[in-house]
Amino acid sequence: MTDIRTISVTVNGETQQREVETRMTLVDFLRHELNLTGTHVGCEHGVCGACTVLVGGVSVRACLMLAVQCDGQDVATVESLAHGDELNPLQQAFQDHHGLQCGFCTPGMLMTLTEFLRDHPDPDEAQVRDVLSGNLCRCTGYQAIVAATLDAAKRIREGV
Amino acid sequence: MKPAPFAYHDPRTTTEVCDMLATLDNARVLAGGQSLMPMMNFRYVMPDHLVDLNKVTELAYLRFTDDALRIGAMTRQRDLEFSAEVGQRCPILRAALRHVGHRQTRNRGTVGGSLCHLDPSAELVNVTALLGGTLHTASKHGSRDIPFAEFAAAYMTTSLAPDEVLAGITLPLPQRKEGYAFVEFARRHGDFAIVACSALIRLDGEGNIEHAAIALSGLSHAPVRPAAIEGALRGQKPENAAFKAAAAEAEKLDAMADAYVASSYRKHLARVLTHRALEQAFARARKNAND
Repeated sequence: MTDIRTISVTVNGETQQREVETRMTLVDFLRHELNLTGTHVGCEHGVCGACTVLVGGVSVRACLMLAVQCDGQDVATVESLAHGDELNPLQQAFQDHHGLQCGFCTPGMLMTLTEFLRDHPDPDEAQVRDVLSGNLCRCTGYQAIVAATLDAAKRIREGV
Repeated sequence: MKPAPFAYHDPRTTTEVCDMLATLDNARVLAGGQSLMPMMNFRYVMPDHLVDLNKVTELAYLRFTDDALRIGAMTRQRDLEFSAEVGQRCPILRAALRHVGHRQTRNRGTVGGSLCHLDPSAELVNVTALLGGTLHTASKHGSRDIPFAEFAAAYMTTSLAPDEVLAGITLPLPQRKEGYAFVEFARRHGDFAIVACSALIRLDGEGNIEHAAIALSGLSHAPVRPAAIEGALRGQKPENAAFKAAAAEAEKLDAMADAYVASSYRKHLARVLTHRALEQAFARARKNAND
């Protein structure tokens, strides 16, 4: 039994139409159908946060949504952040503060923080640590990620 | 593909959902997907039909009356967390939600999904037990109102029939002067709690305890409301001795054990957390009395 539907999803501003099996998760759709491999797949059961993307502007686990549920929706992935080769202020702050080592968790971190900094332009450290609780990093010990986030918030506020 | 094959259904109304559940074999209802999707990815759960409630917009709402809050089953945890009126009129709900998963899971996770998954430690289940909530179901054969005490049938098993869907819940609101507390212990923030304890305290005109409610999660398949402990607090002076005695009784409650946490440790946590919850609830009740 193969259950197939045609869906139309706007990903990073571009509308994409595909035939998908209804059991395909959003993260597999992004990676295998659209070749947007920036979104990483970690645990596939909603614990690690590596696959975090924005659906309708809010952060979600892409391994816990079906692609068919995103029919007609707006999805933003890590590929939407940079302008060509130019990193956005959040990405630049991650680079400057060594907010990543292996980089596996980074796409999820960046998308979680994209939503967070949009809604909380002037966060304190406790708020940053709280929102990052949903993204696991096994390299950095989080210190550099928190520092990068606070610095990115400052840069965005000051428009640099 | 992680989940096993299924036929996907996306009904738009509760009536359509009920029709599907009455006719489809081995169907599962998908709410926010923060528990069912992992179980499907692991193939612990392999439904033949998946009935997705996410387009049933009539099941997502928050309605306040004078003394109760009615919540649609598909209301996102996020919407409760960010509702100013919930923060004002049912602050314990917001306090509990701060412990539910993470930002990303609360963005999708729903009230009805959490209640039907019925994890023994789930915070929303605990608050529903504390406030004495009522669950409203729908099915082809009509609707039912189930008191929470009759809803939890067994470990992670509700008393919903296979053709029934949870449509919403009603939570009686705490009185304005009541002090509340929600405390829990988990290995990491956002994990399911090993033990969680919520409490409400109302003081009488002389400053004694007029009413106390306690709900303990993590001891059994569903939250425990220790009626004897609650009753013994009534009429007492809200002092450390009374809280300590209540906490000592909480340690005597039966507690389950699993491969990770011994029964004796859960009992220890029941004592410590009951004491903390009562202290915090009293502090808030005293503050409310003076406002």
